Amino acid sequence: MDIDKVFKALADPTRRRLLDLLHRANGQTLSALCEHMDNMTRQAVTQHLQQLEQANLVAVVWQGREKLHYLNPVPLHEIHARWIAKFERSRLDALRDLKRTLEGDDHDKT
Amino acid sequence: MTKPDFVYVTYIATTPQKVWQALIDTDVTRQYWVDPSAGCARVNVSDWKPGSRWEHRRVVDDANTADIVGKVIESTPGRRLVISWARPTEADDDSRHSRVAFDIEPYVDGLVRLTVTHADLERDPQMLAGVSGGWPKVLSNLKTLLETGHALPHSAPAT
Repeated sequence: MDIDKVFKALADPTRRRLLDLLHRANGQTLSALCEHMDNMTRQAVTQHLQQLEQANLVAVVWQGREKLHYLNPVPLHEIHARWIAKFERSRLDALRDLKRTLEGDDHDKT
Repeated sequence: MTKPDFVYVTYIATTPQKVWQALIDTDVTRQYWVDPSAGCARVNVSDWKPGSRWEHRRVVDDANTADIVGKVIESTPGRRLVISWARPTEADDDSRHSRVAFDIEPYVDGLVRLTVTHADLERDPQMLAGVSGGWPKVLSNLKTLLETGHALPHSAPAT
């Protein structure tokens, strides 16, 4: 898969918000996702989801007549594995925990 | 199948047969399933016939300790493998088992699309937390192994 597509898909606050929504509750329908996307048409949300799907950041499963969207973290894991050395992980976790404690959970999540 | 808890997709430049082999052949599994350099390689052992038992075993362990066990539900070589997934202590309690499906499909440009679907994990919330971080690692190791012949780049030991 094209890594450029992954970064392009991530370079948009709406698409990151969709990934956040799926991270919170995986396997949602378009309608369920639209409820959280204020002032946005169904078509616009569909287009963003398609871009996420093409980047392999969202996987789709049909459950009967419902199309469910899942966050697929595999490309993100590949980015992680590419640049973060194993011995750095515990220190990075400690830094993230500290930042979270000081700033709260939702800070800078746009 | 009930609504899946997780769906993981990866595209690998290889053949469906090689992906299938990597799922069922212990010699291949031990190279990627858990970081082999961490000295805790795991293999999946079964005859992979529908109805047979399978075990996820530790390699460096004379006792062949199994961490996960289950039954083979569906087995179509090169296409689809479905297994149940349980703690060894709950092997006989179907109500606690979750279910994993591996779907292997040829894609364009010599790529194979591998989809791993894990369902019924709400029966065991602790297991849900445990496996959610594990699959992306397993899949990205598998992809690296099949595309380069090595599971992981050499990295410094953990501190």
